[in-house]
Amino acid sequence: MRASTHRSSGRRLIPVALLATASLALAACGGGAGAQAPAGSPTSGGKATIAVASDAGCVDPQQVASNDTIWSTRQIVDSLTDQNPKTGEIVPWLAESWDISPDSTAFTFHLRKGATFSDGSAVDAAAVKVNLDRAVTLGARAGLIRGYLSGYAASTVVDPQTVTVSFKQPNAQFLQATSTHSLGLLSPASVPLSDDERCKGVIGSGPFVLGSYTPNQSVVLTKRAGYSWGSSLWKHKGAAYLDQVTFQVVPESGVRAGSLQSGESDVISSIGPQDEAAFKGTNVVLQARSNPGVVFNLGFNHQRPLGADPVVRKALSLALDRQQIVDTVYTSQTKPATSILASTTPMYAEQKKALGSDPKEAGKLLKDAGWVRGSDGIYAKDGRKLSLTVSWSAVIGTNKPALELIQQQAAASGIDLQLKELQVAESASVLASGDFDIYWSNLTRADPDILRSSYSTALANNYRLPASDLDAALAAQAADSDPVKRAGAAAQAQQLIVDSYDVVPVVELTTVLAHSPKIHDVTYDASSRIQLFDTWTTGG
Amino acid sequence: MTRYLLRRTGLALGVLWAAFTASFVVLYLIPGDAVEAMVSAQDVPPSAAELARLRATYGVDEPLIVQYGERLWAALHGDFGDSIQTGRSVTSSILDALPSTALLAGTALVLAIVGGGSLAVVATGTESRWARQVLLALPPLAVSLPTFWVGLVLIQVFSFQLGLFPSIGGTGLSGLVLPAVTLALPIGAVIAQILAKSLTSALDEPYVTTARAKGVGRTGIHLRHALRNAALPALTAIGLLVGQLLAGSVVVETVFARVGVGRLTVQGVTAQDIPLVQGIVVFGALVFVTANLLVDLVYPVLDPRIVSTPPISRRKVRT
Repeated sequence: MRASTHRSSGRRLIPVALLATASLALAACGGGAGAQAPAGSPTSGGKATIAVASDAGCVDPQQVASNDTIWSTRQIVDSLTDQNPKTGEIVPWLAESWDISPDSTAFTFHLRKGATFSDGSAVDAAAVKVNLDRAVTLGARAGLIRGYLSGYAASTVVDPQTVTVSFKQPNAQFLQATSTHSLGLLSPASVPLSDDERCKGVIGSGPFVLGSYTPNQSVVLTKRAGYSWGSSLWKHKGAAYLDQVTFQVVPESGVRAGSLQSGESDVISSIGPQDEAAFKGTNVVLQARSNPGVVFNLGFNHQRPLGADPVVRKALSLALDRQQIVDTVYTSQTKPATSILASTTPMYAEQKKALGSDPKEAGKLLKDAGWVRGSDGIYAKDGRKLSLTVSWSAVIGTNKPALELIQQQAAASGIDLQLKELQVAESASVLASGDFDIYWSNLTRADPDILRSSYSTALANNYRLPASDLDAALAAQAADSDPVKRAGAAAQAQQLIVDSYDVVPVVELTTVLAHSPKIHDVTYDASSRIQLFDTWTTGG
Repeated sequence: MTRYLLRRTGLALGVLWAAFTASFVVLYLIPGDAVEAMVSAQDVPPSAAELARLRATYGVDEPLIVQYGERLWAALHGDFGDSIQTGRSVTSSILDALPSTALLAGTALVLAIVGGGSLAVVATGTESRWARQVLLALPPLAVSLPTFWVGLVLIQVFSFQLGLFPSIGGTGLSGLVLPAVTLALPIGAVIAQILAKSLTSALDEPYVTTARAKGVGRTGIHLRHALRNAALPALTAIGLLVGQLLAGSVVVETVFARVGVGRLTVQGVTAQDIPLVQGIVVFGALVFVTANLLVDLVYPVLDPRIVSTPPISRRKVRT
């Protein structure tokens, strides 16, 4: 898992946190669980405190990749476009319209007039150009933006309100990328600063301005007066409602949950199943959305004999009971995987049929292929046991219990899975070096092109897939500027991946947050990250 | 005295160098490096070539010995470089986090000395055998409680239920109470245990009998004679407990969402941010040796006989 990292340093404390919050839950007055209080009409003013689990040490949206930090930095910057979380459609924000060349190599944006950065400089074509030119030189922290701009050729200022961005190869995902926080625009004064200087604070054109940043403690945002160039998706015009938003870093999940119920914080992130149980019967509002992109999956190394065997891959998929995994390990809003892409991803195509649970069929497949079940219950062939190692890292607290259950389910069907925990810091190089049988991970991205990054043999090809029809389908979805044709190619790619069990999709990661009934209209964007422009409070 | 100070200073420098080297070695034994820690939180892992370019940018591709030499040379000039993760100067990162941790640890130490000391004095001074046994059972109990659990229970009761103290983002006195008590508890317990033990044996010493014979009251003997002599082992322990204070701040600052050196340590280790971790380790070692040096200097005040016994350091447990 990458961009959607939920760090839950306090997993060991779960029993205590449960105890602590459960007693509060009993004491709290009733009210429908998860029911939004009658809203009334939005009012301007007030403050909100949002408790998040971690601080990445950087407040430059172009450089940050962890959810907890994206939540705050997203509010400082505007993007060229926005993406409708319901339809996946790209809609105007700073750009009123755009033209894309038929081969998806040139993108011309027509900017709205009158938008300014909070230092007074204009949001114009020149500002877009300096942002993109600089973005490709950013360092290690800026992995997201680097991926979005791969193959970047140049930006050309046509006139003050028109800029053309061109690429060396077809790059259809770039349009969606312009809607993300990573391509949020910074003031030309902030752009040329060093990576490190930008981490301490940047100037954007967003509805909130960075007030103060204290590492490991808080990010304070204040309302931008006179703001009037919000996304076309937002409910109201003009400035944001909230005067001030404080993102408070609270690493301990039990303390985050308690602080919400004691009123010290208004919104909390990284809700675990144990917190959810404690909130039942209280007036705390829970909201959830699946993260778009590649679902949590068992990704085979196709260069290893067992990973290259389609029977083994299919048998493992049939051995799993995805619903049981969801019910046991994840929050109640979590969905089992129904494709390699999560259901919230634009151009998602359901592949439910291929992802059923049928342990008997799994055994039959293996027997037909010559595998014999040994006295220990594990299949073997030619003296070789059906045993695979699953490598994973603890970037999210649910990884371990989920994999332990998967291990049990597989063992019941005669497949031995060994779990190998990796340091977060070594996971990238393990994946790149191919030193794994199966790699457990997910990827958050609201565009089907995430499949090409992961599974095209023309790119990194970490899973060592052999060249196949899949490459053509992935290339087609990257090249076609016609959304209908693109969706067709994306659907074909999903079907090819799932039908051949190149990877075994398991569960959709779900972003859950909880907030007090005083807070209204905290919305998720298409990437399942929060947007606070329309958020208002009745609590003052 | 000069020779003694030189010896102690030389030893302190040795400890600092060892701490610096050990942190470097340990961080290299963990798989991965700071650049990988950064890219592993991103959508699309960079290619091998890109990874190599980034490693070169951040200087983690050079041979170990070169990196070690460069860092040591810079450290000798008081420069611990910039954090790889955040780009901030290590020295200023530590200095920014320091006041909060110093206040926390200082308050906790005072609470521990006053609380642990009082407990020991009262327990050994009481005439009720029953009360003494109950009181002496408290320190082992306190030592065995996990710090994070104590912190969570205190937050639950005093923040969430009673609303007396803030649980998150606490500043000022009200925000200091719960974390300081949490941190003081295990340290106060150790002080109480040691002091109670040495007070008990001091009360059996001949000079106590002599003082009693001279008609000195029970309380007078206890506080003026026995405590003074029994304080030495406890004082030595305080020097060592300073290390435990710093270690405890990691847990306490995380539970109470406080800024400080402890949280900075967690951040640095997680990200394998070698410059940051080395800066913190050397800083921690500096605090530790300074505290123990101060303890050594206080010894002669409590026990004048020590001045005439030259190599004091031998009397102490080496660390």
